[in-house]
Amino acid sequence: MFDFLEGYDVLGAFWTTVQLTLLAAVGSLVWGTLLAAMRVGPVPLMRGFGTFYVNTVRNIPLTVIILFTSLGLHNTLGIGLGSQVIDTVNFRLAVLGLVAYTSAFVCEALRSGINTVPVGQAEAARAIGLNFSQVLRLVVLPQAFRSSIGPLANVLIALTKNTTVAAAIGVAEAATLMKEMVENEAQLIPISAVFALGFVILTLPTGLILGWVGKKLAVKR
Amino acid sequence: MTEVSVAKEDVAGAGELVVLKSVNKHFGALHVLQDIDLTISRGEVVVVIGPSGSGKSTLCRTINRLETVDSGAIAIDGKPLPEEGKELARLRADVGMVFQSFNLFAHKTVLENVMLGQIKVRKTDKKAAEDKARALLDRVGVATQADKYPAQLSGGQQQRVAIARALAMDPKVMLFDEPTSALDPEMINEVLEVMQQLARDGMTMIVVTHEMGFARSAANRVVFMADGRIVEEAAPDQFFSNPRSDRAKDFLSKILHH
Repeated sequence: MFDFLEGYDVLGAFWTTVQLTLLAAVGSLVWGTLLAAMRVGPVPLMRGFGTFYVNTVRNIPLTVIILFTSLGLHNTLGIGLGSQVIDTVNFRLAVLGLVAYTSAFVCEALRSGINTVPVGQAEAARAIGLNFSQVLRLVVLPQAFRSSIGPLANVLIALTKNTTVAAAIGVAEAATLMKEMVENEAQLIPISAVFALGFVILTLPTGLILGWVGKKLAVKR
Repeated sequence: MTEVSVAKEDVAGAGELVVLKSVNKHFGALHVLQDIDLTISRGEVVVVIGPSGSGKSTLCRTINRLETVDSGAIAIDGKPLPEEGKELARLRADVGMVFQSFNLFAHKTVLENVMLGQIKVRKTDKKAAEDKARALLDRVGVATQADKYPAQLSGGQQQRVAIARALAMDPKVMLFDEPTSALDPEMINEVLEVMQQLARDGMTMIVVTHEMGFARSAANRVVFMADGRIVEEAAPDQFFSNPRSDRAKDFLSKILHH
């Protein structure tokens, strides 16, 4: 029944999807946190940059961003992100594009979390002599992260599915393989079902686990 | 009573700790602080009272620059308040602040709340910070709650922890912004007692409050504010028994006679 799977490395393709997801998740969490810090910070230039970045990037289709990393950064500007092997270059470019895009959403999820932290928390932190970055790192962000876990889970699930756009620049992840199989085999519906199931297997636990963690860590007031 | 007046002269001799000179502040069209001049000496306990909206809380918050001022000068221990930055953070560490809504760090235990500033600002090592935190929690009577989270404590307990957190920085002066206004009546006294003890120990305190009993028993001076101005300054006995301004008479008649 599943003989249409023969000769294809479905697990390998999904492993690439997982790698794309995890690397892009870590990257966009870091860059998104920095963006959020800029947007709530006291320096007007940084606030302006954060706002501009988020409003620009989140309104550009991901396909355009991913294609730009390949056509713009690599082909035109010759940026290879430290590799000559085209598959590695494409993989890294895809991660870069996903980070650039997803971090805008991480930033906004975090910023909504920051808004749930009462102003008094930051005032009390400033009043004992903590500087801006300490106030953010030690008092505001730990509480903001906890109340952003729900929205961040949404972003992570969206990111997992968005990795399929990396197919546009030939990264051998799940969607690329699916396209190849659809072209070569006749069983369109079973093939689609297998890949759909694969993504549900990846994302469903993400939502459940993070939902549970969010409840567990919620700050009581 | 003679002892008190002697003590007051000592206080004046010890120097000026907090000085505000013609401070003005607006919230939009509202002129919330109008030409405020106020000097607080080392060891002095000043209680600021007045009707709501009179600018007392704002005054309190300008002293550690949680609120900026539009004009005028504020100096603490001879140093003018710096702009936002490292200098200001250092100065804030020397000015303890207790808020109406406690503002304990909700994600940290009581003990961690009292240790945080010592470790991150004063760079005290962890063991010493913990010892000091436990001693302070013991002093304010909440030593047994050290490992709980703020939400598990009563309001009065939370406010006493907040006082301990401020004291952990060895502040030169303590600001209290309506510290008992958010408390249930039966918890007000436990907080006032801690504050009274602090006053007896010689801490310089600026207290915005509606607790006239505290003003009478612990204050060296009462500052009465109305409509953004300091209307009257006097010793508590004199202020409560014989207020000079009509505004103060009116205010006292409203709060003392029922």
